[in-house]
Amino acid sequence: MNTANDATEQPMVRFDGVTKSYGALTVLDDLRLDIGRGEKVAIIGPSGSGKTTVLRMLMTLERINDGVIWVDGEPMTHMEKGGRLVPADPRHLRRVRAKVGMVFQHFNLFPHMTALGNCIEAPITVLGLSRREAEERAAELLDLVGLADKKEHYPAQLSGGQQQRVAIARALAMRPKVMLFDEVTSALDPELCGEVLQVIRKLGSEHDLTMLMVTHQMGFAKEFADRVCFFYQGKICEQGNPQDMFAAPQNERTRQFLRAVMDSV
Amino acid sequence: MWDWEYAISIMPALGKAALVTIQATGIGFLLALVLGLILALLRMSGPRMGWAVSALIEFIRSTPLLIQIFFLYFVFPSFGIVLDAFTAGVIALGLHYGCYCAEVYRAGLEAVPRGQWEASIALNLGTYATFKDVILPQAIPPIVPALGNYLVALFKETPLLSAIAVLELMQTAKMMGSETFRYTEPMTLVGIIFLLMSLVSAAGIRWLERRLNRRSAR
Ligand SMILES: Nc1ncnc2c1ncn2[C@@H]1O[C@H](COP(=O)(O)OP(=O)(O)O)[C@@H](O)[C@H]1O
Ligand SMILES: [Mg+2]
Repeated sequence: MNTANDATEQPMVRFDGVTKSYGALTVLDDLRLDIGRGEKVAIIGPSGSGKTTVLRMLMTLERINDGVIWVDGEPMTHMEKGGRLVPADPRHLRRVRAKVGMVFQHFNLFPHMTALGNCIEAPITVLGLSRREAEERAAELLDLVGLADKKEHYPAQLSGGQQQRVAIARALAMRPKVMLFDEVTSALDPELCGEVLQVIRKLGSEHDLTMLMVTHQMGFAKEFADRVCFFYQGKICEQGNPQDMFAAPQNERTRQFLRAVMDSV
Repeated sequence: MWDWEYAISIMPALGKAALVTIQATGIGFLLALVLGLILALLRMSGPRMGWAVSALIEFIRSTPLLIQIFFLYFVFPSFGIVLDAFTAGVIALGLHYGCYCAEVYRAGLEAVPRGQWEASIALNLGTYATFKDVILPQAIPPIVPALGNYLVALFKETPLLSAIAVLELMQTAKMMGSETFRYTEPMTLVGIIFLLMSLVSAAGIRWLERRLNRRSAR
């Protein structure tokens, strides 16, 4: 599962002593985490524990203060220059970032483009696909997320669950190796969560994607993830396979957290 | 008091002058739109550049347009830049209103949610595509009314160009008055022409606004 110890294969993502702070507030402290190729990792933890920040750093939306993030065997936040690692320039960031895609809590669809338009914009302008190729691919992906009949709809004409599914298709259209999901159902009405989780399940089984998801849905994490990481105050407090961790959490903080979320359901 | 025969006799000349006014307005405003956008984008491009651009905008906005017109026409030649009156006047209008438009663009750009920028990064869009395809199409429709107001304001300030003898409506009317010693007809007609053109452009802006609203309501 976790291939980090396998010397023949590099992990897909490696956080190597990563620290992130905002002013005096240290949000993530010396984070060390390897994620294997194709591994599905669920990140759980109380609000403010740094879960979103982990994903945002990996998407290069946040600069890190210390450490190195590696993606697919090469440094992302840094680049090699004269045998040393120096902070990455925009070109390097852009090249490595292409391997990562992200789905946001609030969808962040482009409101002035149709579902199809959202899914072809970057493939055409960034990957250089022809409009026809891009549209064919986008149509396949919209079909995969169950929205083949909504291609020409604008985001405002879609339900939250449908918008989030378009956002997933849009991210997939860039062919990332790693997909990040940040509480992708928490802005949705409960009855719309299922359709989005269903799509994520499908991705998990059909693609050899590496997936990192922040979620509050313990049931889904348990069934879907290969590994669960519990964050507490900017550190990984406990991690392990979901069966063990949900059945018998080792750490007192994990126990408290799990009790609290189970109670609230 | 009102001489119809005289009024009618000056109409062709006023019509020609109205064309000059329209040209000055059109070119001046186009310049203001482009310059305003460039200034707004430069201002976002970094703290030092932002500061310099803000200072320039503040400076231009807080000095009178008339002085800027004079400066371009009478002072620039001593730096070796000689502009004819129409060109100098139009550039001054464009520069002055460009600074006002820059503020409007800034408000529009700031109103685009941060998530749109983040989605653009996550999709690896370059800076150019991010602005052209994602940010500007969302930033501009809401500010069309405010930009439209500046179009009308610029239009109403074109008589200032008479100060450097551009043959627009005001200058033409003034010359007619000083030749015949009759100011009533030329000035009244010029006022009416301005009124009509203001009404037409206001209607045009409202139409554009409605169209854009309908599009973004989709
Ligand atoms: N831009 C920011 N400026 C200052 N503090 C921030 C910023 N973003 C996040 N934080 C702080 O970082 C901590 C972790 O945030 P986050 O990663 O969003 O937590 P989570 O997703 O686990 O709820 C929180 O205390 C939050 O207040
Ligand atoms: Mg969060």
